Amino acid sequence: MDTLLTESVVASLAGAPANPWRGFATGAWRHEVNVRDFILRNVLPYEGDGGFLAGATPRTRALWDKVAELLKAERAAKGGVLDTDTERVSSITAHAPGYIDRELEIILGLQTDAPLKRAIMPFGGWRTVKSGLEAYGFTPSPTLEAVFPALRKTHNDGVFDVYTDEMLRCRKSGVITGLPDSYGRGRIIGDYRRLALYGAAALIADKTAQLESLALDRIDEHTLRLREELAEQLRALQELVAMAASYGFDVARPAADAREAVQWTYLAYLAAVKEANGAAMSLGRVSSFLDVYIERDIRDGALTEAQAQELIDQFVIKLRMVRFLRTPEYDQLFSGDPTWVTECLGGMALDGRTLVTRTSFRTLNTLNNLGPAPEPNLTVLWSERLPEGFKRFCAETSIKTCSVQYENDDLMRDHWGDDYGIACCVSAMRIGKQMQFFGARANLAKTLLYAINGGRDEISGEQVGPAFAPVTGDVLDYDDVVARLLPMMEWLAKAYMNTLNAIHYMHDKYMYERLEMALHDRDVLRTMACGIAGLSVVADSLSAIRHATVRVERDDRGLATDFTVEGEYPAFGNNDHRVDDIAVWLVESFMNALRKQKAYRDALPTQSVLTITSNVVYGKKTGNTPDGRKAGQPFAPGANPMHGRDRKGAIASMASVAKLPYAHAQDGISYTFTIVPGALGPTEGERVANLVGMLDGYMAQGGHHMNVNVFDRDTLLHAMDHPELYPQLTIRVSGYAVNFIKLTREQQLDVISRTFHDKH
Amino acid sequence: MTGIDIPSVRAASPPPVSGWVHSVETGGTVDGPGIRYVLFLAGCPLRCLYCHNPDTQHMHDGRRIDAADVLADIEATAGFLRHGHGGVTLSGGEPLVQPEFCAAILRGCKAMGLHTALDTSGFLGNHADDYLLADVDLVLLDIKAFKESTYRELTGAPLRPTLEFAERLALMRKPVWLRYVLVPGLTDDLGQIAGLAEFAAGLGNVERVDVLPFHKMGEHKWQALGRPYRLARTQPPDPALTARVRGLFRDAGLNVP
Repeated sequence: MDTLLTESVVASLAGAPANPWRGFATGAWRHEVNVRDFILRNVLPYEGDGGFLAGATPRTRALWDKVAELLKAERAAKGGVLDTDTERVSSITAHAPGYIDRELEIILGLQTDAPLKRAIMPFGGWRTVKSGLEAYGFTPSPTLEAVFPALRKTHNDGVFDVYTDEMLRCRKSGVITGLPDSYGRGRIIGDYRRLALYGAAALIADKTAQLESLALDRIDEHTLRLREELAEQLRALQELVAMAASYGFDVARPAADAREAVQWTYLAYLAAVKEANGAAMSLGRVSSFLDVYIERDIRDGALTEAQAQELIDQFVIKLRMVRFLRTPEYDQLFSGDPTWVTECLGGMALDGRTLVTRTSFRTLNTLNNLGPAPEPNLTVLWSERLPEGFKRFCAETSIKTCSVQYENDDLMRDHWGDDYGIACCVSAMRIGKQMQFFGARANLAKTLLYAINGGRDEISGEQVGPAFAPVTGDVLDYDDVVARLLPMMEWLAKAYMNTLNAIHYMHDKYMYERLEMALHDRDVLRTMACGIAGLSVVADSLSAIRHATVRVERDDRGLATDFTVEGEYPAFGNNDHRVDDIAVWLVESFMNALRKQKAYRDALPTQSVLTITSNVVYGKKTGNTPDGRKAGQPFAPGANPMHGRDRKGAIASMASVAKLPYAHAQDGISYTFTIVPGALGPTEGERVANLVGMLDGYMAQGGHHMNVNVFDRDTLLHAMDHPELYPQLTIRVSGYAVNFIKLTREQQLDVISRTFHDKH
Repeated sequence: MTGIDIPSVRAASPPPVSGWVHSVETGGTVDGPGIRYVLFLAGCPLRCLYCHNPDTQHMHDGRRIDAADVLADIEATAGFLRHGHGGVTLSGGEPLVQPEFCAAILRGCKAMGLHTALDTSGFLGNHADDYLLADVDLVLLDIKAFKESTYRELTGAPLRPTLEFAERLALMRKPVWLRYVLVPGLTDDLGQIAGLAEFAAGLGNVERVDVLPFHKMGEHKWQALGRPYRLARTQPPDPALTARVRGLFRDAGLNVP
């Protein structure tokens, strides 16, 4: 339903003084909203190396110096919050224009009227906003106190109105944790490129036609909801035009040159982060789109390489400054103030050409020009067929900055085509055609303990799950435990899906993402993105039960609360099929249980194996497990083997993770790989070649995602004690990057205790 | 003979041989080119003062494993090794303590089309017959000193067999990467090093020289074994000295990365 761009709009564009589409190859994109078609017809694949790149201009350096000062002040401020609005509910047009330094900025726009000043977005939950403000030393406006929730109900209020006792029990015990029931769900990527390519007037005409297309004979609840949403989308687009005008830009028309294309794309994104504080506010896949404009200007002699780099550097400076007001509890889950401004680089087109462009290099080059940083979350869509020069440049940049993650384009292209982006860490979606209902994750390790203890929580003793018969023997038997685990997983899938249905029903109702959805087609594919935590704990536990002897120790409540492992067992992460097969079976079994559930709005159930930094919190809430892990100890992040148990080196560890089936974890499988520089090769050239080889090998085996960290443990220990010396030390955790010094001490210690591949 | 398939003396399926394996490192990048599966075999006839794997000196420090099982494990990572332009390295310990086991593994690796490297001191070079060496693509030859007395003091064994093995490899034109561990006060005699460089350059098959600065990463293993570590007071060489030693090899016309 994006074929409704009216001929009149097209005609008016053609008559404009500087035709914004001059020199572009025409195609379907001229008559319908179809950014992919535009890219494929106009992209200039680049097969060379990074030799053409330019450094930062003096203007960019001066601007970045100012931002660096602001960032320093922010780190010194209470809770890392420099300033926040306490009066106004944020919206696309709520704040007057803001600047860092009007003379130095060439890409304009801030979330509020001052840099790094956070906004109030209370529709997710007023209590969250209030406790966020108070935690960082601010006083919420009495006016707002009067409004929420008395006059305006929030998403959070709605969810708690409908939660069942079972849902509340699951939430409290931590068998399901991190649910977006008091904060924005995020993980929706607006197609921000549409504003640059078509201008808001054409998009408004298209959306108006979509609304008219729903004047049906029979107007049911489904149609009414969509009509109301389209009306909201139209309003958001009009507000976007007004916000852009306040900065002096007329975004009703398409962008006419490279600078406008970057500016328009950014303004569309900015409108999204002014009104929605989703957990992950990803950018999509804009670099190679913008490259078409940049190359046209360079060809016309209107832009030099230094100016092209300046546009991208300044765009990235803005993306590095996106902020949301969070709470300390939120920080426990997702540490380091992440925003997941994920931008995808590279990948291959379905026609076999690479989608790597010079601007893919320019975007990575911001890490050289501005230094490492966690945001934007630069994500390389890796294919064996990527040009060698780009592969090497990525590896070099990774080794230098630890700021890049890699995802398998050869794997995802089959599922999602060649114009998908990554939301958050590992969630692929066709841009503008698909969204997800973010579902956090269920605690698989706790579920195993519930299976052993007949649904009673090993910490509180409460009956959280169904009262199935507990294990009664003193030695755990594999078949017996599996026979109890399966029904417990079925129950969890049901309770989990019902909870997510409640959350997303209310989120749509009270916190609908108007602007982001305005940059989608009328009818989108929705996925219900469930997830699991503790995969390697459960796989190792079952392996221990099968291959070693696990004795149960029960406390005076009769609960199995400790386990003694006698003998050795194969652990996940050593490319040993005896345990890897168990991990694969767990992923498939839980996914199959999820597929049996009915999801809100007919969403397609998917799952991820991803924890972000919540592996620490999950571990804290989970008792002793049969693999020998002690109560409170963190889980491994994402799909990683447990810390220190992958003893056969990097390749064996990767090979185990690569076996996990993407078809049963379409929301992504996160693996974080940490290696000390010396173990990657004796010389710089060899380190680059070896990292490329590892990535090629991992992806060829079917591995989905890899965070790459190259550093010494000593560096991190030093940074813990001397944070002031490491303002930009960036490390990759599960699916995103953080400033190491912004992690909680607990999480810093967790990172340091992880497996460092260090044989050399 | 034409048109008749003569079965190879050593068939593709390895003979049922087992050996003592200390450990496996599947992501090795410093024992030969590319990404490597490094099999550390147990047992070594030398007693080097700086040994950083003293826990591999006895065969029974390892676990007895069938060659077929080792090869199955290698095959499971072969995709990585090929993409990483690497292969398999037999290290130790001293792999040539177990020549039949080595031969079986090497034969299996070649049947899989993998690059093979043998990391050896050369002291047991005469254990490696020509069949075994035919399945070796690269020898990582560790010549620990170039003067008989220094070599004996350092290793407890004579130098001669290593030099003879080096000469035999040269006659076979077998590619060699020479490795030299630089230990201050022990192997830092520049005259001896220049002599080694001249000898190595004269062989004609030395493709690369790695000068490895002495480190104490193995010290804790000596402590764990309750054995005295005689180099506890020795410091790693000054980077300037390491650079100078590398320069000596380069001056002889050798490739030192």
